[in-house]
Amino acid sequence: MESKQKTTGYYVTKIVTYAFLIVLAVIMLIPFAWMISSSLKLEKDVFAFPIQWIPTDPQWSNYSEIWQKVPLVTGFLNSTKLTIFVTILQILTSSFAAYAFAKLEFKGRNTVFMLYVMTISIPWQVYMVPQYIMMTRFHLTDSHLGLILMHTFTATGVFLMRQFYMGIPTELLEAARIDGLNEYGIYARIMLPLSKAAIATLCITSFTFEWNDFMGPLIYLSSANKKTLQIMLRMFNTQYSSNYALIMAAATVALIPVLVLFAFLQQYFVEGVATSGIKG
Amino acid sequence: MADQKKNIQNSNKGALKRKKTLVAWSFILPNLIGFFVFTFVPIVFSLFLSLCEWSAGNQGVKFVGLENFRYMFTQDRSFRIALKNTLYYTVVTVPLTLFIALGLAMLMNKPIKGKTFFRSVLFFPYVASLVAVAVVWMALFNPERGPVNGMLMSLGVENPPRWAASQVWAMPTIIGLTVWKGMGYYMVVYLAGLQSVPSELYEAAEIDGANGWAKFRNVTWPCLTPTTFFVLMMLVVATFKSYDIMYITTQGGPGEATKVLAYHIFNSAFVSMKFGYASAVAMVLFVIIILLTLFQFRMEKKFTNY
Repeated sequence: MESKQKTTGYYVTKIVTYAFLIVLAVIMLIPFAWMISSSLKLEKDVFAFPIQWIPTDPQWSNYSEIWQKVPLVTGFLNSTKLTIFVTILQILTSSFAAYAFAKLEFKGRNTVFMLYVMTISIPWQVYMVPQYIMMTRFHLTDSHLGLILMHTFTATGVFLMRQFYMGIPTELLEAARIDGLNEYGIYARIMLPLSKAAIATLCITSFTFEWNDFMGPLIYLSSANKKTLQIMLRMFNTQYSSNYALIMAAATVALIPVLVLFAFLQQYFVEGVATSGIKG
Repeated sequence: MADQKKNIQNSNKGALKRKKTLVAWSFILPNLIGFFVFTFVPIVFSLFLSLCEWSAGNQGVKFVGLENFRYMFTQDRSFRIALKNTLYYTVVTVPLTLFIALGLAMLMNKPIKGKTFFRSVLFFPYVASLVAVAVVWMALFNPERGPVNGMLMSLGVENPPRWAASQVWAMPTIIGLTVWKGMGYYMVVYLAGLQSVPSELYEAAEIDGANGWAKFRNVTWPCLTPTTFFVLMMLVVATFKSYDIMYITTQGGPGEATKVLAYHIFNSAFVSMKFGYASAVAMVLFVIIILLTLFQFRMEKKFTNY
């Protein structure tokens, strides 16, 4: 009798839990569903109430129209270029520096590393103004190179890679040194292959940051042919503020690259957050 | 003879050490040079700039001491409003996100099917482009035609809020978007924290006859203290520095209802072109963040007792 009660209770909890989770998932997904659904509608139907979730006559032409209204292709290419450069350069230089910080002994190591650590909790908003003045002096405003230089050399990147390298046993490197590998060889043949997880995490962080970055390009890029996708999306929103169907199509396009990356590397996204959380 | 040998050995040792140091610096320099020029120097420069008058119009830099701060605290009404709005945004967003994230993490920590799916759904808004997501939110919460107000009206609400267009509701709308976008991230942080709670403690609590709430209060919550402090710190810094979300959704308006500190820095620098003054406001933001961080470190030491 008692065990039967327990099982009913068990099932009730189970059902409530799942019902709650499903409602939650729906709430999280509604904005995205509405975005995609509206992007396939005629403008006059976007705000029709009650919401028609699946358009009867999907307007695929919205997706071809947006590319003609605003130079979205240019924005797409510019964002891709910035993202690829920043991601690759950040991974290379951070892992390079992190190897020295984690595994090599030399004078000044701790002092230099302190410089990095000290700046970790200083938000960009604190120094964005002097940075802008400096970039103006260097003639690096309104240039992709300027953004790449500002976003590549981050303390968080070095810190993350160093944390990971600290966990790799030093005996492994000693053995390689005895076998005649120099430090560059050890970095390339031992450290890099062993740190795939950390590289994946840094890659994702860097990619999503640069792809989604809005304030950087907003402040620095003024020529139309240099603007990024996020800036174009914002321009689209202000210029065609009455055409929600097209705005939603453009928003969908802007979300796709990160969605694809997320779908494939979902576990690394989560692991990256989890490891950075544990250090605290 | 033996001395000579020792000397050679010593100089070899010295050369070896020098070579080692050179190799090490060759690893560090590519990143360090960039980091130093583009991050470290601007940080140091901002200290100096906050004591200067430097406008784009008149080319010269004029050292004015604490004049910027005097003006900020005694005359600049916008600064006071921005400070108040920042506090409002932080004080509501931080606990809301924290408790929702914790609740979700505890739910997701149970054995459930489709865990990866639910976790992904909750996490995705965090990595989604803010511009895209904000555009969608603003359409959903459009006061005249948006589906949210459509639903409220069909439920019998006669005068639904005007959301981002209203002085009162603009900030709550932005807070809603912030919580929705960020809670999945902090849920994952909490999930990692929950993995480290020893299961023996729960077993012991069950033997003592503890119910769900007692188990949470006496086992889960205390064991999660370090995680909670970490989440708290990240959230506070994130809310104090954010202004992109206000720029995209309301441009700080209506009026100055959603103008926050970082937005005031941005405006002073890139709209009013008062670089010195903007840096002074940035210094205040910096000092607040440092003080809060130090305070939380002290509290963490006090409350972590194992």
